[in-house]
Amino acid sequence: MQENKYLVTFSPHERDELMTDKVMMYVVYSLLPAVAVSIYFFGFYALKTYILTILFTLGFEALFQKIRKKPITLSDNSALVTAILLAMNLPPASPWWLILVGSFIAIIVGKQVYGGLGQNPFNPALVARVFLLISWPAQMTYWIKPNPITAGFIFDAVSTATPLGQSKTEILTNGKILTSFNGVSDYFIGFMSGSMGEISAVALLVGAAFLMYKKIISWHTPFSYIISFMVIIVPYWLLNPDKSLNPIVHLFTGGLMLGAFYMATDMVTSPVTKKGQIIFGIGCGVLTAIIRLFGGYPEGVSFAILIMNAFVPLIDFYIRPKSFGEATNA
Amino acid sequence: MGFYGFAGGIHPRYNKGLTSDKPVEILNTNKDDQVFIPLSQHIGAPAKPVVKKNDEVKRGQVIGVPSGFVSSTIHSPVTGTVLGIVKVPHPISGSVDAVHIKVTELDEGYEHISTDKKFQEIVLDAGIVGLGGATFPTHVKLSPPKKIDYLIINGAECEPYLTCDHRLMVEKTEEVLKGAEIIRQNLGEDVKLIIGIEENKPDAIEKFKRIAESNVEIVPLEVKYPQGGEKQLIKATVNRVVPEGKLPLEVGVVVQNVGTCLAVYEAIKMQKPLVERVVTVTGAVKTPKNLMVKIGTPIGKLIEACGGFIGTPKKIVMGGPMMGFAVTSLDTPVMKGTSGILVYRDEDLPDLNMTNCIRCGRCVTACPMGLVPAIMEQFTLNEMYEKVLDWHVLNCIECGCCSYVCPARRPLVGYFKTAKREVMKILKQREQNAGK
Repeated sequence: MQENKYLVTFSPHERDELMTDKVMMYVVYSLLPAVAVSIYFFGFYALKTYILTILFTLGFEALFQKIRKKPITLSDNSALVTAILLAMNLPPASPWWLILVGSFIAIIVGKQVYGGLGQNPFNPALVARVFLLISWPAQMTYWIKPNPITAGFIFDAVSTATPLGQSKTEILTNGKILTSFNGVSDYFIGFMSGSMGEISAVALLVGAAFLMYKKIISWHTPFSYIISFMVIIVPYWLLNPDKSLNPIVHLFTGGLMLGAFYMATDMVTSPVTKKGQIIFGIGCGVLTAIIRLFGGYPEGVSFAILIMNAFVPLIDFYIRPKSFGEATNA
Repeated sequence: MGFYGFAGGIHPRYNKGLTSDKPVEILNTNKDDQVFIPLSQHIGAPAKPVVKKNDEVKRGQVIGVPSGFVSSTIHSPVTGTVLGIVKVPHPISGSVDAVHIKVTELDEGYEHISTDKKFQEIVLDAGIVGLGGATFPTHVKLSPPKKIDYLIINGAECEPYLTCDHRLMVEKTEEVLKGAEIIRQNLGEDVKLIIGIEENKPDAIEKFKRIAESNVEIVPLEVKYPQGGEKQLIKATVNRVVPEGKLPLEVGVVVQNVGTCLAVYEAIKMQKPLVERVVTVTGAVKTPKNLMVKIGTPIGKLIEACGGFIGTPKKIVMGGPMMGFAVTSLDTPVMKGTSGILVYRDEDLPDLNMTNCIRCGRCVTACPMGLVPAIMEQFTLNEMYEKVLDWHVLNCIECGCCSYVCPARRPLVGYFKTAKREVMKILKQREQNAGK
């Protein structure tokens, strides 16, 4: 036999150009409008949080892989996505140590202990958020008032409440909502207090449209999420108008937009089939609505998505689409 | 009848422009040229050689006879002396037996086959197999045990780069059509004839429409891979779904490739056995061409005829880029199923940097068979073959769409090829156990 000088590999011999690092970068690009809005409203605080989260997150990923003597995979950009999503889930004025702990939880506990990219059952950024929320509730609900950058850099943050938080407090203390939440257009644009990435529905929608255009995410998860959420919220609000926020306000406040379009669609921790994604989305929507209406926390998105993450292996296992030509009735 | 389409599929870069306007050139043989005709050029049992060393053979003479029902006849493509039965490199089996012949006379005539027989026997005697690449012996397909109502001619040619079928459709329209008509008549008088052609071959569609009689339907197909997959083609043209694990005839359909139609025409009308075929030689060669090549010609000769390589060849693929096989040697001979020779340089090859599966689900969307490659991969890697079977791995047509779209560069279809072999073993074992 002559020496084999030609490369032999399985077919196909051509590949689509899209690779993992590019997929992750598209997610990063899609988040940029929301990043810009948060920097516009929270200025220095937002900037500092983004920079610290990225440094800590990438640092932990590299450090852990170095300790385990594994190849360092920062170039797949997945840690960068986690960093930005984590930052978006934090209050703008988070202290540096909170960010450090959050980054540790996200990367080490949320991702690397399972084997790194693709292996984690739970969304790393959400694991960190929920951990921090339970451990440091005060720091995690210290909301500052949005203050457009155009008004000058302000370093004396004024504390305030989020619409969801305030309405929850009023329901718990007075049995009904007292304040009228009419700033729908403000909420839509992002002129409200809240976690950095949650405030601007419009910026998130622009990014999500980009992701859908690039076919990185599909409509299945976010639409089923939002629709099933509204299916519970709307009738409840019609029956108890003074015990629930207007559904439109519900839609644009809190983490719903960020959760539906960016966290629930996290490919690693959601089902691989479209049918599975719809079921997953419905689960998220129902759980979010229940927690928001009846739970002790004002906001249910993080919990809902994490709980549904746990069901993904089950959904993937039982929701097998019919194969081409498979007998429909055996 | 309209176009019905199928779910899944991909849109690779077609790169057909390199050769789509190049008329088929005949690759001449010279005295003392050597050809190596493999005895196994079809699915099924290899042919038995009927010549021995130092025999003189005529072009068109039978040199291998079928050794089973799913087997076919092999003819000498040249007039010359048999130098022996040798092993030649084969992209799938590693090496196979081939009849080694040295050309002694430049003879373009051929030994005629007898046409005083049943149609199926003539086709078998002519050594005709499916020229689309799967090389299923054609005579078997022409003896359907069931009532057939459609004959679909596959002119989709959905593999990127390949243009051999395209050229045949443009240059030999009449012969292809007549061949199709012959097959149709033998399948039954009331069988309807459909020709499916991808829309990126407007000249072929137009030519067929001009020549074909009104009882032939030309269906332009969406440009999408694997449009020429048998089951996909049937779904797209007559909207029938071939049940899993069954053949097209189950839904009353027979599918034939355009090259096969031409071969049938030549066998019946010209008494000519199948000794040559059109091969698209493309990629990193100086002048990409469509060549009429004698079966058994080493592919190195084809590349020479195209002016040689551009740069350093890194990978040479026999067939199309999606389902073709990488060859190890330029000595590999052209076979009946060889539709193309595609040369890649290092710089033409895709980045295959693998990451973990990110569960993006692109493979699920791309699969034209409705499978879930992402999950089947997990089972395969864990050697849970019973589970892969439950997830219908045997329905995989190995088209490679899943691997193509995978951003993590997982070799999915490769895993499933392995899994299918293992699953077949399990099924065999089960059968034996049941027999006890």
